[in-house]
Amino acid sequence: MTRAGIFRAFEPYLYLFPTLIGLLLFSAGAVAASFLVSFTQWDIISPPEWKWFDNYVDLWRSDLFWEVVRNTLAFVALAVPLSVSAALALALLVNTGVRGITVFRTAYFLPVVSSMIAVALIWSWIFNPQYGLLNYLLRVLFGVQGPAWLDDTRWALPAMVIVTVWKGLGYSMVIFLAGLQSIPQDLYHAATIDGAGAWKRFRHVTLPLLSPTTFFVLVITMINAFQVFEQTYVLTKGGPANSTITLSYYVYQNAFQFFQMGKAAAVAYVLFAFLFIVTLVQFRVQKRWVFYG
Amino acid sequence: MARPFRTVLRYLLLVLVAGLMVGPFLWMVSTSMMDQADIFRSPPRWFPERLNLKNYRAIMDLLPLGGMFLNSFTIALSATVGQVFSCALAAYAFARMKFRGHVVLYFVLLATMMIPPQVTMIPVFLIMKALGWIDTLYALIVPAFFGGAFGTFLLRQFFSTIPMDLEDAARIDGCGRFRIFWRIVLPLSRPALVTLALFTFMAYWNDLLGPVIYLSSVGKATLTIGLANLQSDVMITRYDLLMAGSVLSVLPILILFIAGQRWFVRGIAMTGLKE
Repeated sequence: MTRAGIFRAFEPYLYLFPTLIGLLLFSAGAVAASFLVSFTQWDIISPPEWKWFDNYVDLWRSDLFWEVVRNTLAFVALAVPLSVSAALALALLVNTGVRGITVFRTAYFLPVVSSMIAVALIWSWIFNPQYGLLNYLLRVLFGVQGPAWLDDTRWALPAMVIVTVWKGLGYSMVIFLAGLQSIPQDLYHAATIDGAGAWKRFRHVTLPLLSPTTFFVLVITMINAFQVFEQTYVLTKGGPANSTITLSYYVYQNAFQFFQMGKAAAVAYVLFAFLFIVTLVQFRVQKRWVFYG
Repeated sequence: MARPFRTVLRYLLLVLVAGLMVGPFLWMVSTSMMDQADIFRSPPRWFPERLNLKNYRAIMDLLPLGGMFLNSFTIALSATVGQVFSCALAAYAFARMKFRGHVVLYFVLLATMMIPPQVTMIPVFLIMKALGWIDTLYALIVPAFFGGAFGTFLLRQFFSTIPMDLEDAARIDGCGRFRIFWRIVLPLSRPALVTLALFTFMAYWNDLLGPVIYLSSVGKATLTIGLANLQSDVMITRYDLLMAGSVLSVLPILILFIAGQRWFVRGIAMTGLKE
């Protein structure tokens, strides 16, 4: 091989060099290292001790851990369907050429670009039981006495869901909007000629043709919901009475507050396993409902 | 008859939703200008009695805002440069070059999008500790220089849409690969590069988990961590001050967004649609 030929063969790897290092150190490699750490007991200061499956067994036997799992699953089960359906509804609402529509689209996107910390601070004020806006509106508009929200074990998690859905809506809306606009208009004309009403057009044209987009939004929303961290950190710190500790917050607590690296890594792997299984199931099930024209 | 009615209905809904989405921000601004006594009233006041910026002055005394702003800005800007550069290089290789392991590598890279940061954060923390980078901005900036799945995917999608003829012509003229990449492909990809830059800047500006893990001293704190500490340490109910802080932290990113909003929207649409 000529010198130029050798260079040509190696050239792609030069372009990929930063990415390969990143994969090795910060993602794929770190995933493997984390797996090893999860079999140890380690406070970072003294050397790690190999403990086989002790961390996992301890988790299995810990009531708190199961509560954390329940909290996480409840959060996902509430946040994902709400986010996806509300974002689709919004996309349908803004999928129109009426005057001023871009102003509305921009407005709906504002929470997306704001930091979760600022958003969470705003909402913790809105959720204030006595002086907050939300309970005031509930009282005035519906005559209902609102709960203590973030201070109530039953309402703190739903409050977190509200903030999460509100903040993420605009993002999914834009993806749905792009999906809606890529549906050929002729199909709607044809359906109308065949006598389909608005609902039938939505059910038999929009939904099937939008299904790849819906699938994408669903997967992304689910992954994000499983990783919920900042909402807990700012709104509740896991309380009241551990009712809002999620898996990801539990990893953070164990690693960086209690310095139990082994246990933290084990929890992180449980989270990873949940994500992996759920995403795999979604990819399996998609064949039944996602329509790739 | 039916059409105007439906248009009116749509506007009503649009305005209602806009109230839900923008209302909390207006409430934030309004609260930030109220006296401490005025925020604890039932029924709540909608507007401050008179425009009052003393909460902003108070928060500047409480927090080293200038330093925090600078830290946030340094991290976000450096990380953006690193991400755009490293992702563009990798994306070009994936879009235009043949090499061993092409498919597998691309798949592995995309699969890393599924890895929750909680899984990698402990080993990465140990690496940073070994490098002596705890409580330095390097811990947050340097990883950005080593590529990323989202950015590589976004740019690869875009590079693939650039016609090959241009590059072929340059190659016949004796242009090397890197010059083609640098002088032809990158300038043509400005929309995608701007989109990625905006997204990266926003993500790092708004990030809380990274600063919480790595930055402990006050001099290194970012705006996000400053706000979080303000809330948890001193004044859990001083909403007047907290809202003033929130306004200051949100303002730069809102300006950036409104200036570059078409890039945001286009970028999201680009990732949502498969080729």
